[in-house]
Amino acid sequence: MKCLVTGGNVRVLGKAAHSLSRIGDELYLEPLENGHYQAARPPQAQPPRCKVLMKSFLSVFRSPVALEKTVERCCIALSPESSRLVIQLHCKHGVTKTHNLSFQECESLQAIFDPAQCPNLLRAPARVLVEAVAPFSPALSEVTLGVSPGRRVVFRSYLEEDTDATKAMMTEMSLNEEEFQQLEAQEGASITFCLKEFRGLLSFAESANLPLNIHFDVPGRPAIFTIEDSLLDGHFVLATLSEPDLCSQEPSRPGQGAHSTMHLDDFANDDIDSYMIAMETTVCEGAAVAPCTPSPLSEEEEAEPSVVPGTPPLKKFRSLFFGSVLAPTEPPCEPNPVLAEDSDGEG
Amino acid sequence: MWCELGQGNFFDEFQMEGVAADHNEIYLELTPENLSRALKTAQNAKTVKIKLTNKHCPCLTVAVELPSLSSSSRIVTHDIPVGVIPRKLWTDFREPTVPDFDVSIYLPVLKTMKSVVERMKNISNHVVIEANLKGEMNLKIETDLVCITTHFKDLGNPLWASEDASQDRDSENMAEARIDIKKLLQFLAGQQVNPTKALCNIVHNRIVHFILLHEDVSLQYFIPALS
Repeated sequence: MKCLVTGGNVRVLGKAAHSLSRIGDELYLEPLENGHYQAARPPQAQPPRCKVLMKSFLSVFRSPVALEKTVERCCIALSPESSRLVIQLHCKHGVTKTHNLSFQECESLQAIFDPAQCPNLLRAPARVLVEAVAPFSPALSEVTLGVSPGRRVVFRSYLEEDTDATKAMMTEMSLNEEEFQQLEAQEGASITFCLKEFRGLLSFAESANLPLNIHFDVPGRPAIFTIEDSLLDGHFVLATLSEPDLCSQEPSRPGQGAHSTMHLDDFANDDIDSYMIAMETTVCEGAAVAPCTPSPLSEEEEAEPSVVPGTPPLKKFRSLFFGSVLAPTEPPCEPNPVLAEDSDGEG
Repeated sequence: MWCELGQGNFFDEFQMEGVAADHNEIYLELTPENLSRALKTAQNAKTVKIKLTNKHCPCLTVAVELPSLSSSSRIVTHDIPVGVIPRKLWTDFREPTVPDFDVSIYLPVLKTMKSVVERMKNISNHVVIEANLKGEMNLKIETDLVCITTHFKDLGNPLWASEDASQDRDSENMAEARIDIKKLLQFLAGQQVNPTKALCNIVHNRIVHFILLHEDVSLQYFIPALS
């Protein structure tokens, strides 16, 4: 595997790394065959797949601002002889920085999801969403997003079952639907997901100045957050809390609902907890790219799995990883999250 | 710490009904960090409304109307759980009386005092604050290796209504108290705006009492002396 990232895209790669670092500790890199455009070329026998420590990868792209100023191009290659992932930053004034990261070979990880199957969609500029979650405490784990009667979009802090309701502060932010470029959702539709990861992906979308699409379905089914432009394509899939089962006393483990619908194949970590976060980032090489050197290894090409139709056929590298978040042991008490305010009573 | 804010200076509308006509007050207990965070979201607000509500428990509901790009505003609502203090405990929360001080003196510019104390905190955990009726104040720290004293002069001494005790006092005599430097720094660090009046009363070896007066807010801070 060898790939080349030029100019401003290096900064984008750095930003993507920073955003991903807020979600997980490991980064999976996988070059893909482009099944659509290189049909004649036989697929590689063993396309290399590897995972590296997020910390190591991030240290190469420590300061995106500095990257933009000094780095002309970045070359990423897998060196099987030395078992190293080699990242070379070719900078101004003839300076070349070479980072040799150790990696682990691993199985391919793929989450199967399809934004088109989600009936609900919200689209807004990243900036609006960043401002929408600003009032929430940095310590808050989960947030509920929904559409209230009256077609307002509401974010509300989600209280985990073991927190004392008489001590915890509850915050709610409500926005007019006009602030959204697109709002296709039923009144009363809502999902609950991790705020920390949401903030991570929002910061990336904001730095790229792109709108964010939120595709979601019923609680328990994963929510898909996408950003795209001519250079890149980002898909973030977050698990959502499932509705409480009113009939049984047993607390339903929210993640299991999401787990079963994800149909993951072959992941190394069998300790997946309730939340699974899979991120698929694709970076397009763009017209400016020249192939590094003629090499028997394929350049980064995309292989489109047939289960994800409609994804643009760009050159991509795909990274997937899983993070584990402490799950609430019991689902929320209310049968439906109350998004309209309670009537006030004097205390 | 004791702080008083006049309603009329802060609120366009104010409605309250206390426990009873002759006890027209409500005492609430809450976590200051919650209120502080709620008010932070109100920095660019169009309006802010604070209500006492009963959600899952008694709450102070802060409703903030924020400007938005669309025709209707954004609304942020914070529900801060509060404890309602029963009337029988109200006496615990009376305004503390001004102690019988030995010296009363105006404070130097708080910013200067803060930067001095900030550097002292790295050297010692305690600071001695002393002042006399000639407008002189010293901040002293002492360790095995070093003694550091910062002198402030010409500060001026406020006149209190009854000055009988202080009349007999030799104006050069210092009243002093040794206090925890972190507490002093907490007090100084919290001041964002220069007050209209800032003074300090010292009861020798007992307590230091700071009084800050702004246009519409008064703040009193008591720091006990250490042995």
